[in-house]
Amino acid sequence: MPSFSLVHLEFLGWAALWTLGLSAIAFIGGGLVGFAVALMRISPIRWLRYAAIGYIQIVQGTPLLILLFLIYFGIAIAGFQEVPALLAAGVGLTIYSSGFLAEIWRGCLQSVPKTQWEAAECLALTPWQRMTRVILPQAMRIATPPTVGFLVQIVKNTSLASVVGFVELAQAGKLINNSIFEPFTVFMVVAAIYFAICFPLSTWSRRLERKLNVSRR
Amino acid sequence: MTYQFDFSSLWAYWPEFLQGAWLTLQLSAVSTVLGFVLGTLCAIGRADGPPWVKFLVASYVEVIRNTPLLVQVFIVYFGIATLGIKVSANAAAVIALVVNVGAYTCEIVRAGLESVHKSQLEAADCLGLSKPQIYWHVIIRPAIERVYPALTSQYVLLMLASSITSQISAEELTAVANRIQSDTFRSFETYIVVGIIYLALSFVVRIGLWLFGLAVFVRKRKLGTAL
Repeated sequence: MPSFSLVHLEFLGWAALWTLGLSAIAFIGGGLVGFAVALMRISPIRWLRYAAIGYIQIVQGTPLLILLFLIYFGIAIAGFQEVPALLAAGVGLTIYSSGFLAEIWRGCLQSVPKTQWEAAECLALTPWQRMTRVILPQAMRIATPPTVGFLVQIVKNTSLASVVGFVELAQAGKLINNSIFEPFTVFMVVAAIYFAICFPLSTWSRRLERKLNVSRR
Repeated sequence: MTYQFDFSSLWAYWPEFLQGAWLTLQLSAVSTVLGFVLGTLCAIGRADGPPWVKFLVASYVEVIRNTPLLVQVFIVYFGIATLGIKVSANAAAVIALVVNVGAYTCEIVRAGLESVHKSQLEAADCLGLSKPQIYWHVIIRPAIERVYPALTSQYVLLMLASSITSQISAEELTAVANRIQSDTFRSFETYIVVGIIYLALSFVVRIGLWLFGLAVFVRKRKLGTAL
């Protein structure tokens, strides 16, 4: 029986790139949808607000695994035969991260003091100007540390994409393990690669947070 | 779309869905309690232990928080087996979940411990409280009371994350769902039902932990103020 070798490491390296790619898709897609939901969540129109609350509650209240299964089987029901696994995984992770990012960003938008919103209105800025010139520049500073922190969650959760047949790092580990059966070595290496991706992000997030809280030290 | 939704064939399976939900609750409850104990001990060790304990706890927390639960579950289940120790899927699931949530609990409780003001400790010292008394009455209880909302969210997430253990065929709701959908070929409907059950469970867990908080933190309930 072959043992763990450079060939396997190379395979894991490629899979790690897919993990990064899927994370990027999830972050960009989730960011766009999540920002829209965050805006809906603080909108003055009541039904928009309730729709956003419902969306966030549903996404945060069901496991990502179930969400992925639903999309996987749902796409087949909708009549598409051959669906690329990347699409199914990308859609699932986009929905998942949008639900969490929306709630994080809502908090950041609302943490901009109310007087700032009122002052912008008094200066006759349009809602668009108020958002882009006054609120967002302040909210984004607050939003950066938790957003980077959430990136770690996204990277870790791409490991669940294996259930829809997407070969990323965890699935690659499983495949290698099936052929050489050295689970301890294989999954330790897989864990080490995840750690190498996530740890710098966590550290960065913590540093940003410290910088933000300088005044409170 | 020509697909006909058919939930009726799932009716026959309601005892199994219920059983699965109950198993998930049990799995989460055991992991929550053990994880809380582990995490609190680690937080205390990190705050007041000797340097090597601090280092050990810090590495444990960083390693767990920066690797996916799925891989941790695989390492516990398949990895321990190759070391010659045989554990059942359910035991492996509990071990992995406890180790996982222990690290998160440690971080949260540590924030609580740090929030206890120094003057409180000095006051307790002046009142002649012993070290264990100070620990229990002045540090741990107020600290946990303060971070209780964060802990609640973490344990709801744990309940949802326990679905991952279906990947090593531990007995819980998602594993039950996988079995039912391969029986009925009604995959989409099955996972919709299970999604709704998880949604309900997350409300149940949230409310349960809230009631537990009311029962445990008497001072807060009577005075109605934050610490």
